[in-house]
Amino acid sequence: MFRNILAWLEDRTGIESAVKHFLYEDIPDSAGWHQVLGSVALFAFLTQVLTGILLAFNYAPTPGDAYDSLRYIVTQLTGGPLIRGLHHWGASLMIIVVVLHMTQVFLWGAYKKPREATWLVGCTLLLVTLAFGLTGYLLPWDNRAYWGTMVTTQIASQAPGAGPYILRLLGSEGGSIGVVTFARFYAVHVLLLPPLVMLLIAIHIILVRRHGVAPSPDDFKPKKKFYPEQVFKDTVATFVWFAVLVGMAIFARVPLGHVADPTDTSFIPRPEWYFLFLFQMLKLFEGPLEIVGSLVLPTLAIILLFLTPFIDRGKMLSVRRRTGAIALAVFFTLGWSGLTARAVMTTPPSTEAADEGLKPVEAWQQIPADQLAAVGFFRKDNCTSCHTIGKSGSAPDLAVAPSQKPVDWLMQHFRQPAPNTPATTLNGAQLKALATFVVKRDDNAVDAWKNAPPDAVEGAMVYQNSQCAMCHELNGVGQKLGPPLNGEAGKRTREWLEGHFNDPSKFSPGSTMPAYKFNSHDMDRIVSYLLAIPK
Amino acid sequence: METQESTRRGFYVAAIQGLGAMIGAALAVPAAIYLLYKPTGQKEAQWVEAADLNQLQIKKPEEVVFRRKRIDGWRTVNEKTTAWVVKMDDQSVVAYSPNCTHLGCAYHWDAQQNNFICPCHTSAFSIEGKVLAGPAPRPLDRYVTRVESGKLLIGPTIQKSA
Repeated sequence: MFRNILAWLEDRTGIESAVKHFLYEDIPDSAGWHQVLGSVALFAFLTQVLTGILLAFNYAPTPGDAYDSLRYIVTQLTGGPLIRGLHHWGASLMIIVVVLHMTQVFLWGAYKKPREATWLVGCTLLLVTLAFGLTGYLLPWDNRAYWGTMVTTQIASQAPGAGPYILRLLGSEGGSIGVVTFARFYAVHVLLLPPLVMLLIAIHIILVRRHGVAPSPDDFKPKKKFYPEQVFKDTVATFVWFAVLVGMAIFARVPLGHVADPTDTSFIPRPEWYFLFLFQMLKLFEGPLEIVGSLVLPTLAIILLFLTPFIDRGKMLSVRRRTGAIALAVFFTLGWSGLTARAVMTTPPSTEAADEGLKPVEAWQQIPADQLAAVGFFRKDNCTSCHTIGKSGSAPDLAVAPSQKPVDWLMQHFRQPAPNTPATTLNGAQLKALATFVVKRDDNAVDAWKNAPPDAVEGAMVYQNSQCAMCHELNGVGQKLGPPLNGEAGKRTREWLEGHFNDPSKFSPGSTMPAYKFNSHDMDRIVSYLLAIPK
Repeated sequence: METQESTRRGFYVAAIQGLGAMIGAALAVPAAIYLLYKPTGQKEAQWVEAADLNQLQIKKPEEVVFRRKRIDGWRTVNEKTTAWVVKMDDQSVVAYSPNCTHLGCAYHWDAQQNNFICPCHTSAFSIEGKVLAGPAPRPLDRYVTRVESGKLLIGPTIQKSA
């Protein structure tokens, strides 16, 4: 039955003989482990296609939604972190294998006549691979993506004459990065580059077949077949590469920072690791010479890379005798490593954790302090004994709908909720905060009402009782006489904050803030609370 | 008789197939899980107030419109939705989900015939939600509800009748 279907397919399409023709290609006897890297690079590309499509099923490519949808993928979808990990680390590992492939071809001199065109297509494939990395870097739309791309587009804008046009083409006229830049990067990443790379890979493979796999110059033995020995070696190499990738996707943290924030002045932009050497080289050229580091040298290097087969036109030599090529490869490897290491060492620690965007933000961290404090007043005054939150009790469930009673009624009700109930322990300002809360609470506040941890609520109560909002803004509420207090965790330590409460002018000279001598319990609560409120 | 050459060849072929299958499985299984598993960690919808019982007449279905939050992927949308609410007597009230149990069309109350009619395939339901005619496979689905201080609260889930 199965054989009949195969025979029919072969008769009508010739697919079986096509596959056989492909597998039973003649390759030199000297072919071996050093020639597996091209196959691995092809597999790396296919992995990126698969994982990229899977990501696209749940990813919304606009600045408004990109970050949230990616966060959804990595925090709520089973297997989401793995798929994103495969795509993220797959990009890095693909660049590694593509560069190793080129280095091997370079060292063995396999670019020489008649394989010059194969080399040229290969160089183009390297550039396209880097373009994939560059455009993909923006798509998570976190601070890293935004600021890294800002630097890239600014470098492109320095191109003499063409700068403004390149910037316009990138949708970044005026230097800002917004919806247009994002749309263009996404379109290039998923619409333009994939078919381009497939076309180039096809041409590359056709050329490899046309001229055959490059033999060693001293290989005069009869040819062997591609299948199964070389396919076996290719498969083993692919498997090792893939095992490393899966290991990284499972165990290495894929960064996701804060959502892109153009007003963030504390973020330190860095390109992806494989571009760090360019970033570092830029520092060697100052002032009017900057363009030498940013554009002239990279362009020259690319031109030289393309021209390699036309510069080195000598006869094929055994790899051991290609000392000049080996010396050049060592020189470039050392230069690249040195610049990269220097860039890593001179990068100060980031102001935000690499996985900042993966931490869940609870409702209580987002609502204003007076609302969270009101939750505390509600609990402290035993309102819960009749008003059960989220369930039917002997009094209305205030989580279902805001109270529609007038404020006067509420104040009276708080003072004496029912006959024979104890009078309130709250003062006038606290009662007012509570009344405002039950009338105006939104869904976030209800969530906090149900889930806020007692320590955080106590911290908000200290904040409210100390009237911090008279000078400071927190979660959008409060005056702006003093600095806003969101995101203190990225700027201050617990010791700094405690010291500052005790003696503000000692820690910020010129501060007009009075000292707050909290007892140790209140100090712990308010400092913990402030450190927990995100940017 | 097996030669050394054919043994080696057999090993190559087996290794290619084995390693290939492992790579394929390592990609296919996570992909299937990623696409088919339900998203985790999504908060349940809240209870919302939908109607005032005093304003409903007994055995007279009303289409009430209320707003509720719905989780839509990475978004939480605050959307309008409706329920057909029937006050059965002073004690009990039901809120039917507004979609026909056949293929999800929006049905309506026909006051003349005294039943719910679906415009798509003419399913008809009694005021108790029972199927009277048409292809509908089960009675009307109901929202979970509770009554508090004379207000009808509609819950986060819909109960399907058997």
